[in-house]
Amino acid sequence: MDFDLTEEQRILRKTVRDFSEKEIGPVAAELDKGESFSYEIVEKMADLGIMGMPCGEEYGGGGTDYLSYIIAVEELARVDASSAITMCAHTSLGIMPIYYYGTEEQKKEWLPKLTSGKVLASFGLTEPDAGSDAGATKTSAKFDHGVWIINGSKCFITNAGTKISGIITITAVTGKREDGRKEIECILVPKGTEGYEVGSSYEKMGWRWSDTRALYFTDCRVPEENLLGKKGHGLRQMLEILDGGRLSVGAMGLGGAQGAFEMALKYAKERFQFGKPLSSFQVNAFKLSDMLTEIEMARLMLYKASWLKDRKRPFIREAAMGKLVCSETMGRVVDQALQLHGGYGYMKEYPIERFYRDQKVLDIAEGTSEIQRIVISRTLGC
Amino acid sequence: MNVVVCVKQVPDTESVIKVKPDGSDIITDDLKYVMNPYDEYGVEEALQIKEKFGGSVTILCMGPSRVVETIRTGLAMGADKAIHLDDPALEGGDAFATAKALAEALKGIEYDLVLCGKQAVDDDLSQTGQTLAELLGFPHASLIQKLEIADDNKSATVHCQVEGGLAVLDVSLPAVLTTQKGLNEPRYASLPGIMKAKKKPLDTKDLAALGLSADSVGCAGSKTIITKMTPPPERAAGKVIEGEGPQETVPKLVQLLREEAKVI
Ligand SMILES: Cc1cc2nc3c(=O)[nH]c(=O)nc-3n(C[C@H](O)[C@H](O)[C@H](O)COP(=O)(O)OP(=O)(O)OC[C@H]3O[C@@H](n4cnc5c(N)ncnc54)[C@H](O)[C@@H]3O)c2cc1C
Repeated sequence: MDFDLTEEQRILRKTVRDFSEKEIGPVAAELDKGESFSYEIVEKMADLGIMGMPCGEEYGGGGTDYLSYIIAVEELARVDASSAITMCAHTSLGIMPIYYYGTEEQKKEWLPKLTSGKVLASFGLTEPDAGSDAGATKTSAKFDHGVWIINGSKCFITNAGTKISGIITITAVTGKREDGRKEIECILVPKGTEGYEVGSSYEKMGWRWSDTRALYFTDCRVPEENLLGKKGHGLRQMLEILDGGRLSVGAMGLGGAQGAFEMALKYAKERFQFGKPLSSFQVNAFKLSDMLTEIEMARLMLYKASWLKDRKRPFIREAAMGKLVCSETMGRVVDQALQLHGGYGYMKEYPIERFYRDQKVLDIAEGTSEIQRIVISRTLGC
Repeated sequence: MNVVVCVKQVPDTESVIKVKPDGSDIITDDLKYVMNPYDEYGVEEALQIKEKFGGSVTILCMGPSRVVETIRTGLAMGADKAIHLDDPALEGGDAFATAKALAEALKGIEYDLVLCGKQAVDDDLSQTGQTLAELLGFPHASLIQKLEIADDNKSATVHCQVEGGLAVLDVSLPAVLTTQKGLNEPRYASLPGIMKAKKKPLDTKDLAALGLSADSVGCAGSKTIITKMTPPPERAAGKVIEGEGPQETVPKLVQLLREEAKVI
């Protein structure tokens, strides 16, 4: 077993850490408050070259392995969740479907723009009546004289409504399979296509400056070739995309937990009560020890899952475990970290308050914690 | 313009430094290492010079194999190539012994300018750059905050920080300059830079390749010897002056400043 990261991964971690602390940290609270999308941070992340890390260099991507990408997401999330989700939804959900399943023309047309960070991509699966139950998708795509005619709506979609959003991969029902179940395909819809409308931003508890929208499709027509990948493979592709995406949402939990832990440790050493630092009370020292232990366990799980993916081994179960453990670890860590801050932690002056709010969505998006447990239990034949 | 930047790997400025019980050295087991922050200004300045005038940027770094990560960081920022001086005999040297090895490594390569950080944040000696200039027989200026290279690349104007002011000097090139905060804003190693760094040439030289004898470098070749290290004394707790408003507290403060601190 080799637990050492490669030299590039170590340098990358340091670079993204310095970048996050210097470029994002000072404005994170203000952006959270203002709730408006930061084009400036996207541009800076693009300059750093991290807007398409696991995509091949031939399409302008970083050409890194998946673990390197996970490390970068972790470091962003250690400072600011909205930055991390904007980068990772763009990458895992926006770029990777096209990179994995697109035709050469689709890749050449879209990937260079996306990996340069000049244009953002997104993935639209969730619908008002189809969240955990993706099979309940109602949005339909009817094939007619060489075009797909799309009708329906999507909700809670990340990155689709910014000024630089350019393309979305959506899931839509295209017919019935032989076994009578719905046939679901992935279809590329460029922003600006007639009949594709983007709703206004939701007001959110966390991830506040990231862009989240409802989308509406009314007789929206796209050409036949916008079907992504092989016909009949849509559902499988979608599940594969979600497996990769889970790792990056896991990385957000891991990085967020790390950030919250560091805040708690610093505060507990600086804050005096009863004439002593909080950290000197054994109950608090043990809390801090437990936090770090859990974070280290979560990191091992997530890195192992990424390692499996990089080696093209099955990783569905491990991806679900990684996402589950990282999200829930962050949940426990932010709770205890805020508790250590006392009343100050409840005030917006301390970033732990933001981390506390930013955590909750990790138990929900990219498959709820319950869904992760379902995925794991299916591999047990339950 | 071919620029050589001397770079040192130092413990991360955030690490907690502990001295070994016998006082011979610090405990290095848990340390994380980074590029000396003042050297980052040197790398950035060299890259800007290259962007303006063309030429190359070479990283020169001495230390055990772990320093390769720092060298690659410099290459990832955009330097073209690197020289790594790696030999057990080079370890434990003071500024003089280090400068001697660096000077030797510079023989036989072409350069117009050498940049060093004004000091390394580990031992804070602030001598290596100047000593190197003396050994090479080139002019030097330290604590530079602005550097303007003449169009003919034969001289430069530098702004140096001096006590309470600024000294503007003209130096002929080649020269050795030591870099200070304020000179520039070092860039991040970008992802494409990191990916490319591995393929850039890195020349590792041991003592034999340098043509130096073991007794002239490292600990043996040093002019100073560290006899003992001790952690700084712990700061005594502050004093809080209690009382109702300034009418009560200010006289108490004045009294303490007079009688206890004896500063007024
Ligand atoms: C900020 C944000 C950004 C998002 N970005 C995107 C995006 O970019 N693209 C996208 O497609 N979607 C996105 N989503 C949607 C997200 O993936 C869904 O919210 C999630 O899958 C859950 O679906 P739902 O909200 O409909 O909840 P529901 O499916 O209605 O679930 C409600 C509750 O019931 C539980 N539950 C449901 N079924 C079961 C079961 N079988 N057994 C046990 N418990 C069950 C769930 O675990 C949950 O606790 C985003 C969501 C948020 C909040």
